[in-house]
Amino acid sequence: MFDFGTITTWFDNLLESVMPGWAATVIECVIIGVALLLVYALLALFYILYERKLCAWFQCRLGPMRVGPWGLLQVFADMFKILIKELIRLENIDRFLFALAPYLVIIASMVSFAVLPWGNGLQIIDFNIGVFFMIAASSVGVLGILLAGWSSNNKYTLIGAMRSGAQMISYELSVGLSIMTMVVLAGTMSVSGLVAAQADGWLIFKGHIPAVIAFVIYLIAATGETNRGPFDLPEAEHELTAGYHTEYSGIHFGYFYLAEYLNLFIVSGIASLMFLGGWMPLHIPGWDGFNMIMDYIPSVIWFLGKAFFVSFIIIWFKWSFPRVRIDQLLALEWKYLMPIGLFNLLLMTLVVVYGWHF
Amino acid sequence: MANIQETISKLCPSATFEEGEVLRVTVDDKLWHDLAKQLKENPELGFDYLVGIIGCDWKESLGCVYYFTSTKTQEHVSVKVATTDRENPMLHSVSDLWRVALIQEREVYDFYGIVFIGHPDMRRLFLRTDWVGFPLRKDYDANPELNPIRLEQEPDEDATAAYVEESDGTVKKIDRKVFEDNEYVVNFGPQHPSTHGVMRLRTSIDGETLLKVDPVAGYIHRGIEKLCESKTYPQTLMFTDRMDYMSAHQNRHCLCMCIEKALGIEVPRRAKIIRVMMDELMRLSSHLLSYGCMTMDMGATTAFFYGFREREEILDIFEKTCGARMSLHYNVIGGVVADVHPDFIKDVRAICSIMPSRLKEYHKLFTGNVIAQNRTKGVGVLSMEDAINYGVTGPSGRATGWHCDVRKTAPYSIYDELDFEEITETAGDSFARYMVRMREIEQCVKLLEQLCDLLEKEEGNEYIAPKVPKIIKLPVGHWFQQVEASRGAFGVYIESTGEKTPYRMHFNSPCLNILGSVDLACRGYKIADLITITASLDYVIPDIDR
Repeated sequence: MFDFGTITTWFDNLLESVMPGWAATVIECVIIGVALLLVYALLALFYILYERKLCAWFQCRLGPMRVGPWGLLQVFADMFKILIKELIRLENIDRFLFALAPYLVIIASMVSFAVLPWGNGLQIIDFNIGVFFMIAASSVGVLGILLAGWSSNNKYTLIGAMRSGAQMISYELSVGLSIMTMVVLAGTMSVSGLVAAQADGWLIFKGHIPAVIAFVIYLIAATGETNRGPFDLPEAEHELTAGYHTEYSGIHFGYFYLAEYLNLFIVSGIASLMFLGGWMPLHIPGWDGFNMIMDYIPSVIWFLGKAFFVSFIIIWFKWSFPRVRIDQLLALEWKYLMPIGLFNLLLMTLVVVYGWHF
Repeated sequence: MANIQETISKLCPSATFEEGEVLRVTVDDKLWHDLAKQLKENPELGFDYLVGIIGCDWKESLGCVYYFTSTKTQEHVSVKVATTDRENPMLHSVSDLWRVALIQEREVYDFYGIVFIGHPDMRRLFLRTDWVGFPLRKDYDANPELNPIRLEQEPDEDATAAYVEESDGTVKKIDRKVFEDNEYVVNFGPQHPSTHGVMRLRTSIDGETLLKVDPVAGYIHRGIEKLCESKTYPQTLMFTDRMDYMSAHQNRHCLCMCIEKALGIEVPRRAKIIRVMMDELMRLSSHLLSYGCMTMDMGATTAFFYGFREREEILDIFEKTCGARMSLHYNVIGGVVADVHPDFIKDVRAICSIMPSRLKEYHKLFTGNVIAQNRTKGVGVLSMEDAINYGVTGPSGRATGWHCDVRKTAPYSIYDELDFEEITETAGDSFARYMVRMREIEQCVKLLEQLCDLLEKEEGNEYIAPKVPKIIKLPVGHWFQQVEASRGAFGVYIESTGEKTPYRMHFNSPCLNILGSVDLACRGYKIADLITITASLDYVIPDIDR
């Protein structure tokens, strides 16, 4: 399997040979930043099209078909439209917080990008508490949503923000617990370590019953944390028109929109990292020929493919299920998901201690 | 009927009676409230369902006609109460006896300025608070300078009043407020994704819990009843398609039947079959739309498209025969405007054959879903007493167990020949209302299959009565006709003085009554339930704002 690390090391050595170390680091940071922004924008565009096409098929429609072949250029048109839209200036709001909120949301999702295992050797930050860092970074987003709801000086946005506060903080617990379950199995929090631990089998297979339980809890809780249907209460189009971002216009709204899609990608990426082996190809012990063929598929495609697959499941149930109510949402988390998650953590610990895993 | 007359004349000797299709009792306002109490509570009368309150301006007097039905015996009676005071007209309210009067009396106040003594919330229903004059009075000044298009917000929208009668007979006005200053009022609408039109609901909430819901109607009121007074009878027909556009055929059928009844026209059998077929197709399409909208309001967007997919095929059938998809204009006085399209029966049979499998799909996608069940079961419960008291008919009324299907209680056209079941549930919650609609779809299919057979066998090819006069003048009198529209009992009241135009035409819409029950159904539930409940009650705004 091709290791992208050779390219990055070669490039780093090249830079260091012509300039001092600090300058090389600065240049690398800039390049990575630009690349990240580009990937971020392209992924968002891809996800918008992906969801629109998928939901169209669920709904006996074709989805966007007019702009470009098979509607491929529709998202670009939409992006340019949103870029040139007016930012409507509102009276009687907290201007500073109002302007700050979308940036907080988008920064939170962008920072989480840094720790995803994009491919073999393609990782921006790799340190021993990578997973922990990711959870911490992604939870800053709720602050942006709370600020957006509060600063808009609108009752709908305030209710939306209250809901999202209650919801995202609750569901983060279950996300954390299910991730912790898998960390117990893998024995490391480092992202590269986690991927390496799955070279001989993905964690969802290695950890069997508790891992599958953790996967299901993770999927539900992650949907809750990203405010997607059936847990899209903070937006709840049919109740609160657009929830916390009712008052936003133009690209400020666009940031929330982007962040929502990117958060979908991030939770899918984490799912593929924690359960489905990250960029690691599907290896079945003993089937050497099969494993060889799998290794020919580039690691980036493995990672993206897994992430898109998990996203597909999340999109699928978003478009099929009705929305839950706020009390049912909180009951689901505190009465079911979290106790089951805690029990599952205990079970996984026992599995690891007694060596019952594969 | 004689029995009722005897009982009433015993209770109220001064009442006068007028025989007709429905016995009409005329009573003085002073005695009215006592008689009303007897009408409801006396076991020999037992008129527990107030069908409608029709305000009327008889020039020398202003007043109301009340239509009552007993849900047990299906007997009807109407009461006329009037006052000669045009400056300060006052009548006694019956809103303490029949809660449906809460909203219907407000409509009368809005259009005639008749104040109802004892009504707790006497304010305008449709018009702005600063509207000058009462538009349905015969001496109304329609000068646009008096009521220009106002660009500023309505003043004092929280102000309301109650009129209380003191022991010495004087009436005192008590000013009230709809919402107190310390209440957290959240406004839904008039532009809101799930109000299904231009409807506004003001809600007082505590956290996520609804404390009170105050519907504000009238944003698309077109004054149809006023307009009708200046149109000839054939011209009035077109308005019916624009009230509840999801019951366009039934509404128009009702008005046509009412006029035919007054003229004594017998409709050819072929036309009757076609009319009933169209009614049932309309009901089917309405229930499909209702399924789509209710599921979408609850966030299941995909289900919406499933309902609309089948509805589209019904609209295609309408398009072939009527030439339109929305405002169908198919029934005319004496029959229908043209014979059905040659493909009609084939198309209807095609719909009938696909519906059972499609219904299974709907149930798979939504009904069985655990979230959907948790969201709808036990939410927005109306008891049977509430439904009768608030006049909630149609699928929403039948969901409480009330047998209120006009097709069964007072069969019209050829419904008594057809074999179908009146669907009722007992829970009275949103799920029951939803299920009634889903099961009525099955009944619609069953009816349509029978009707296809009937239409095929029908030998007569007349689709319109041959003896419809060119200029239609109704004789002096008044008529009331009800049909089962998609959302409940739809009534038409016509009062004629022998002119080419009606003296008074009133449309008794099911959705206005449903709107009146929203507050009762929603109190104590969550904000999200407001959407579920209003979606499952399934009102259509143009039917409220006639």
